Amino acid sequence: MHIVVCVKQVPDTAEVRIDPERGTLVREGVPSILNPLDAHAIEAAAALARGAGGRVTALCMGPPQAETALREAVARGCDDAVLLTDRAFAGADTWSTSYTLACAVRAMGDVRLVLCGKQAIDGDTAQVGPGIAAHLGWPQVTYARRIAEADEAALLVERLTDHGTETVRVRLPAVLTALKDLNVPRLPSLVTQMRARRCPVERWGADDLEADRAELGLDGSPTRVVRVFTPPPRGECVVWTGEPEEMAANLARALRERKLA
Amino acid sequence: MRLHVDHNVCTLCLRCVEECPYGALEEADGRIAVGEACTLCGACVEACPVEAISIEEREAGADGSADVRGGVWVYGEHQDGRLHPVVFELVGKGAELAAACGCALEVAALGGDLEGIPPQLAGLPVDGVLLAEHPALGEYRDGPHAAALAALIAEGRPQIVLAGATGRGRSLAPRVAVLCRTGLTADCTGLEIEPGTGNLLQTRPAFGGNVMATIVTRRHRPQMATVRPRVMAAPAPRGTAVPPARRWTPPDELLADGVQVVGRATREGESVNIAETDVLVAGGRGVGGPEGFELLRELAALLGGEVAASRAAVDAGWIPYARQVGQTGRTVQPDLYVAVGISGSVQHRAGMQSSGTIVAVNSDPDAPIFQVADYGLVGDYRAVLPGLIRQLREGTGR
Repeated sequence: MHIVVCVKQVPDTAEVRIDPERGTLVREGVPSILNPLDAHAIEAAAALARGAGGRVTALCMGPPQAETALREAVARGCDDAVLLTDRAFAGADTWSTSYTLACAVRAMGDVRLVLCGKQAIDGDTAQVGPGIAAHLGWPQVTYARRIAEADEAALLVERLTDHGTETVRVRLPAVLTALKDLNVPRLPSLVTQMRARRCPVERWGADDLEADRAELGLDGSPTRVVRVFTPPPRGECVVWTGEPEEMAANLARALRERKLA
Repeated sequence: MRLHVDHNVCTLCLRCVEECPYGALEEADGRIAVGEACTLCGACVEACPVEAISIEEREAGADGSADVRGGVWVYGEHQDGRLHPVVFELVGKGAELAAACGCALEVAALGGDLEGIPPQLAGLPVDGVLLAEHPALGEYRDGPHAAALAALIAEGRPQIVLAGATGRGRSLAPRVAVLCRTGLTADCTGLEIEPGTGNLLQTRPAFGGNVMATIVTRRHRPQMATVRPRVMAAPAPRGTAVPPARRWTPPDELLADGVQVVGRATREGESVNIAETDVLVAGGRGVGGPEGFELLRELAALLGGEVAASRAAVDAGWIPYARQVGQTGRTVQPDLYVAVGISGSVQHRAGMQSSGTIVAVNSDPDAPIFQVADYGLVGDYRAVLPGLIRQLREGTGR
């Protein structure tokens, strides 16, 4: 079974700091990392491939330096990697990104399953996974937390819903999005890291996809970001120290004043 | 399409270099150079004080999808025929947007039997209810529901479609947006009509809530957005008039799907959606163990809320994952968030920093959680919470 895991290289938001004086984001020296939830998608794909026999391809759309994220994906269990990189892809919103990724999956020809992390930590949209499924016309299972059974034709998946869990049987080919709850990703070993370093990363541009050029990048994106701004800062924190009983009294009073208690 | 810097206007203040979220801009030989990492996000265009930066676009041709007949639609999410609270919040905001555009507001619901939906909207500013009924829609699944909603949209051609940014809404809406070949903005916290253009300005948090972005769907229709629950106010009903309903039966062939639901379960501690409660009392590593959560539960019950947790407490197995707040858990925005023994990593803050009032109880005075808190109590929660619980009980006579 050929499985594709879609990964994204994201700025490490843990390293993003706010400049207290200007109230702006400090991004200097912020490292790029593999989107954390994608590691769970990779782990699930690798486990399925080990069990059922198969191959896992890591797929990423991004600038040339996103190759680093793909190498990490290989180190974590993918067999090969494809980087979609082309100026024509720049400025893509989630519609166009999912279209481009879907075109690449289609171009591979034999893919039975696409796995994505639930969402990326920079955009937090969770829209690309379902978008890929819609572009491919495949069924989707979002918020997957357990893959109970797998064979060539179908998966039995437990997913988290707003008010509990749901077990679904999904016919392949299909798209799954992974929750953190799905598994515990193994860390890359020395051996897999060595392999990742040597693994060739294929680069595909717009010409390698049977894609409608008008649907790519900024031109293909229905949405536009028109303004980016820093949210108004919260007021100063009122800090109490000392006697627990007194702190509790202060807080109880404050909550009553705010009509929260 | 590309980023254009007018070097005759540019003063090399480097504001754009600082503001670029992707580190794609740099100064080279006295000019601003645009690197490969540029995603054309427009942050620099906004930041430039002298308007030297612009995004050049290829002229788009006529767009057939911009043919609009309908008004504002709200997706009538329901569970077994009961509308989700976010639907009423969206009706409030939707009515405002419809008034600004001079169009009608309708609620569109899909299901097997929707008889009970219109009466729930009695007295609300809803002009009509669209009911897509079919036995195959009785049990919710993304595929058939997305296909049916997209077909309904293709027929009704609304200019705006709003859905709650619930788990379901965030799973359904992107599928619908692709099928409708239109834009979708996730998790909006602000919506307004831009004077002049009539476009919907959709504002949402990004980078874990560290920045806000305003997004428009300029030419494609409908303009679609999912909206975070508990942000918009639900209007009070006026009178008892039930809005008129119009029924539509989707064609069978649209509803074929490769997903079959074989079971549903509600596990211990997972029946409550922490994204939908008014008050959350959340515990972290500092709570020390599962038994510590008993005190948090007591406080939560007293405040009419629920318990939640940081990643550390979930990973330690003290509380189920469904209650995890933060980047790899749920994003919440309650009226009151009490963080107990949570240091407040960026990942955690990303999931809760938009909350109404934030209280932090932590024995470490330097814990970063205090940076986003309104009230900070430096001390051991075991000493503080019992007193708080007692004082709150006395105050309410409970």
